[in-house]
Amino acid sequence: MNMIKKSPWILHYDGSSCNGCDIEVLACLTPLYDVERFGIINTGNPKHADILLITVSVNEQNIPVVKQLYDQMPNPKAVVAVGICAATGGIFKECYNVMGGIDKVIPVDVYVPGCAARPESIIEGVVKALGVLESKRKANEE
Amino acid sequence: MNTVLFVIIKILIIVIAAPIVGGLLSGVDRKLSAKMQRRKGPPILQPFYDVIKLFQKETTTVNNFTRFYVAISLFFTIFTVVLFCLGMDLLLCVFSFTLACMFFVIAGYSSYSPFSFIGTERELIQIMCYEPMILIAAFGYYEAAGTFSIGGVFGLSSPVILKLPLIFIGLTYILTIKLRKSPFDLSMSHHGHQEIVKGITTELTGSSLAMVEITHWYETIFSLGFVYIFFAYNTTASKIIAAVICLVVYFLEILIDNTFARVKWQSALKYSWIITLITGALNLLYFNFFH
Repeated sequence: MNMIKKSPWILHYDGSSCNGCDIEVLACLTPLYDVERFGIINTGNPKHADILLITVSVNEQNIPVVKQLYDQMPNPKAVVAVGICAATGGIFKECYNVMGGIDKVIPVDVYVPGCAARPESIIEGVVKALGVLESKRKANEE
Repeated sequence: MNTVLFVIIKILIIVIAAPIVGGLLSGVDRKLSAKMQRRKGPPILQPFYDVIKLFQKETTTVNNFTRFYVAISLFFTIFTVVLFCLGMDLLLCVFSFTLACMFFVIAGYSSYSPFSFIGTERELIQIMCYEPMILIAAFGYYEAAGTFSIGGVFGLSSPVILKLPLIFIGLTYILTIKLRKSPFDLSMSHHGHQEIVKGITTELTGSSLAMVEITHWYETIFSLGFVYIFFAYNTTASKIIAAVICLVVYFLEILIDNTFARVKWQSALKYSWIITLITGALNLLYFNFFH
């Protein structure tokens, strides 16, 4: 019996976006969307998290931060890149200090489109990540 | 021989049933909290999903002893609940419970993390806050019931609450600390993240964290058991009423949790000791002079 699908705990990280996606991520926690009905909790602690929800384009300053957060999460874990900045760098892509999408630094499992990504699509992204977690857990067992 | 077997079966039932009831209560807690915030909330069985998931996750650890201490803490909490449910000595329950809390504190100190350290210091302060009241409640119980034996409560002709009304109020006040509810959830919080990440449990992952959660379920049962012995006496109706009052107290704790903001440790210490002094001392004085 696999319970990871029923209780995915999330770590939300924001490094250098416009905060639009972060506000939408937090909107998911409000009574209107209430992600806790799926057992989803915003933990704020990488060691308790199953899914890393990133809403940033990576810049030179936060590369070690993103890497460390990812490394501190216990297996199985998944990464969801929220918004266009996390996917490609978006509007910040041309900046001198911006590397581009999250996948330049750590492996990303699910990309959520949008600028800003809507709460519905963020929740769907997390649900997709649950499938990834499940397959990773099976791969770990084998 | 049969009595030994009977006791062993009884112990097994307590060890299995207590966390199930505790987990369900925790699920109801989350559901009710969600309803109070006009949310739908997670399923009632969510705490069990969480704990099973944690056992399925990888357990990383900064210090191998952390896990050992957490396990010892769980063991002594189970020991306390078994003693309590078998109707043994209340004072022994209080002491073994304190021992369990102390091992949890050592677990917090054994991980080299500043967040965990601050959480552990706050946990110690919380223990300082509630320990005097728990001891006074135990002594008050002895004065009122004439014995430290918990089983002795079913031989009384009137409930202990009639003699210890103030101590009961003081006890429900410090139960907020023990149940890790706001405004006294200083060392670790069940909700969201706080200023010290996850406090004492910051460095715990996988099965260690799951054990902390299970320990909390047992603690909930012990805390509510304390409420129970104030109302139960030798009639069947009183046992049912006592159980209902336990649920009412638990509901009140959830309500307080959702309506109060977290206090500083100075305030937590000040208020809990003032309440302890007023309710505990007055009740014991009154009792000694008039009975």
